[in-house]
Amino acid sequence: MQRRITRTLLMGTLAAATAVALVGCGSGFSSGSSGGSSSSPSGLTSSADPLTVLIGSSGDAETKAVSDAVSAWSQSSGTKASVIPANNLDQQLAQGFSAKKPADVFYLSTNALAGYASNGSLLAYGDQLTNKSDFYPSLVKSFTYDGQLYCAPKDFSTLQLVINNTLWQQAGLTSADYPKTWDQLEAVAKKLTTGGHVGLSMNGQYERMGAFMVEAGGNLMNADSTKATANSQANIDALSYVKKLLTDGSLKFAADLGEGDGGQALGSGKAAMTVEGNWVTGELANDFPNVKYTVVPMPSGAKGQGTLQFSNCWGIAADSPNQKAALSLVEKLTSASDQLAFSKAFGVLPSIQSAADQWKQQNPTLVPFLDGANYAQGVPAAKGAAQVVADLDGKLAQLKSQDPKTLLDQAQKNFAALTK
Amino acid sequence: MMMTTIADTTTRRGRRGSGIRRGEVLSGWLFTAPMLVLLGLFLVVPVLMALWVSFSDWNGHGSPFSSGVRFVGFTNYQAIVAGGGLAEQDFGTSLRNNAWYVVLVVPIQTALALFLAVLVSRQVLRGRGFFRTAFYFPSVTSSVAITVLWLFLFNTTGAVNKVLSWVGINGPNWFNNPSGIIQDALAGLGVRTGPSALTGHGFLGVSWWDWIGGPSVAMSAFILMAIFTTSGTFMLLFIAALQNLSGEVQEAAMVDGANGWQRFWRITLPQLRPTLFTVLTLGLIGCWQIFDQIYTGTQGGPDKTTLSPAYLSYQSAFNDQEWGQGAAIAFILFVIIIVFTLFQRWLLRDRGVPRRRRLVPTAKEAQR
Repeated sequence: MQRRITRTLLMGTLAAATAVALVGCGSGFSSGSSGGSSSSPSGLTSSADPLTVLIGSSGDAETKAVSDAVSAWSQSSGTKASVIPANNLDQQLAQGFSAKKPADVFYLSTNALAGYASNGSLLAYGDQLTNKSDFYPSLVKSFTYDGQLYCAPKDFSTLQLVINNTLWQQAGLTSADYPKTWDQLEAVAKKLTTGGHVGLSMNGQYERMGAFMVEAGGNLMNADSTKATANSQANIDALSYVKKLLTDGSLKFAADLGEGDGGQALGSGKAAMTVEGNWVTGELANDFPNVKYTVVPMPSGAKGQGTLQFSNCWGIAADSPNQKAALSLVEKLTSASDQLAFSKAFGVLPSIQSAADQWKQQNPTLVPFLDGANYAQGVPAAKGAAQVVADLDGKLAQLKSQDPKTLLDQAQKNFAALTK
Repeated sequence: MMMTTIADTTTRRGRRGSGIRRGEVLSGWLFTAPMLVLLGLFLVVPVLMALWVSFSDWNGHGSPFSSGVRFVGFTNYQAIVAGGGLAEQDFGTSLRNNAWYVVLVVPIQTALALFLAVLVSRQVLRGRGFFRTAFYFPSVTSSVAITVLWLFLFNTTGAVNKVLSWVGINGPNWFNNPSGIIQDALAGLGVRTGPSALTGHGFLGVSWWDWIGGPSVAMSAFILMAIFTTSGTFMLLFIAALQNLSGEVQEAAMVDGANGWQRFWRITLPQLRPTLFTVLTLGLIGCWQIFDQIYTGTQGGPDKTTLSPAYLSYQSAFNDQEWGQGAAIAFILFVIIIVFTLFQRWLLRDRGVPRRRRLVPTAKEAQR
């Protein structure tokens, strides 16, 4: 009897250990050795240690482009550097920070910024960037926490309206019919909806519908992510508009069409239009090389043009023994020549204004995406905002049967809790 | 296995002292030492560290034992079970999801495993080896592979819905449908909103109406998957147990005129009680720890209806930097599993047969 209880307890312990092992394994014992680093006048550490660059790569093309750029820098600077494509960026970053042995330079999303900035994992090097004034102001805002620019925007993406040319022409529409307003969008979506396909499709989440909120003059939080503005009338209007399209049947979410995202819904011919970011170009070229499409700006709402932008930045670790070299690497990676190379390799938009003209010449059909930088807004970046957005996304997927105001009131409550 | 050895060694400690045995104790400890060190390093120490993290304000930077980390008492636990915010609501939702998963998976997979075991143990069945392999096959396949397969099968235009369409059923969009199946059934009967007594009150940020709403359609697909994959494993345990049963008791029952059904319920099943306990306990622990299917399949969606406490623990820690809350969830899960296991032990304990159901007087009674 005694033995069986012992065994039960041991089994339970084992069970719990399995569950907590994931939590426990990031918490290594700290070790202070950092290879004889010394602080320079600017407050940055400097040493002969090689750099590691941890990236959350979208695929081989991105990994190769970043590796090439980093090794070119390595050769000119004489500091060794290696690129590690992460399997799970969040997890690998967290493990590095807790062990005080993080990668020196890494991709960092707007979601993760506030958490790592507040616990002292990040070096706020923004003011030391020589090209600081060249970045788009809205991007700088996204990576500013507590009044400090923490990291250099790596690149960005915006949402625009993508149209399947064949289906557009089949419906008897021409380039004069590209929708400029919500009403026009509603009209063409209705016209494009036939038995075989719907007029408009997108992912059923804030990360797409948010564009309509910005067009109506709203967003979930203010630009600094310090105040919750989720249940504003503008947001209610935006969601009511989307709900109306859903009820009409001219809009269906990609998941309801059995597709992973709006790009696939467009490519497979299940939808004639979709709201997607510039990454869709790569997706369509790979999976649906024969589909011809046109990118046009999102239609204007009550407050004019608007869209959402998404961005990552180049984070530098506070525990890095060689921050000086890391900063020089980041300046090189955000230079016009490198960003244009990245853009060519994996379809992102350069984060600096001085590269815009050249980029537009190289990508004349995708100009609306870059123009979006002038009127785009970022997603909420307060600590914990990602969870609230995820919670809202779960409900937005069922928008057809939900009341927009109730959803947004709930989101407002959750966002407000973050800013207390 | 090794745990049994440790337990044995411990219980025998009382017997030391006689000179000839002393060497045995020493070598016993010597032999178990490597495992004790390994268990300590990879089990006891991490568990204790996680326990500390769950009571601290550690923020993920540096060691949890560094000087800046403070003891915050039950703050993390309080945020999860009584915070009133999203953390509490998420935890409540994950418990709701997992409870339905356990309630459906554990009994069904046990019953199915036993049924399959009885079938393939029958001497008359031809090609028993083939069926045993076939039933066991899903168990040896990686759960990630099966999850991916499931995602394809249960796609809205996938094979399952295709088959359903042949019989005129318009299949749901499985992995994107967050509506609870009991609520769906009630909606079919015309009950679309619950009584205010249920919708107005709740537990852990989830209304009672949602607690009783049943698993979502998406979770149901995972439930089917769990039954499909683990029944084979437990079938193996039952087969082994069935082969250990002596044929004489069966023959005696046959002589007494018991039919097949009576023999199964009155003779076979009671003898399988230890195996039944093992299967139920393993099933329960496995079900409360569902993680990899969620991680590869849905990440908790749609609308968090496939969120499990184990996945929530991971998500809170690694994605949201709420390390204390993540560890606290893991320990609450630990307590839940212990409580359920003890409850099961109590339920399946060896009881004397009630007097009125005794068919034959027991040995003790015969002596009186």
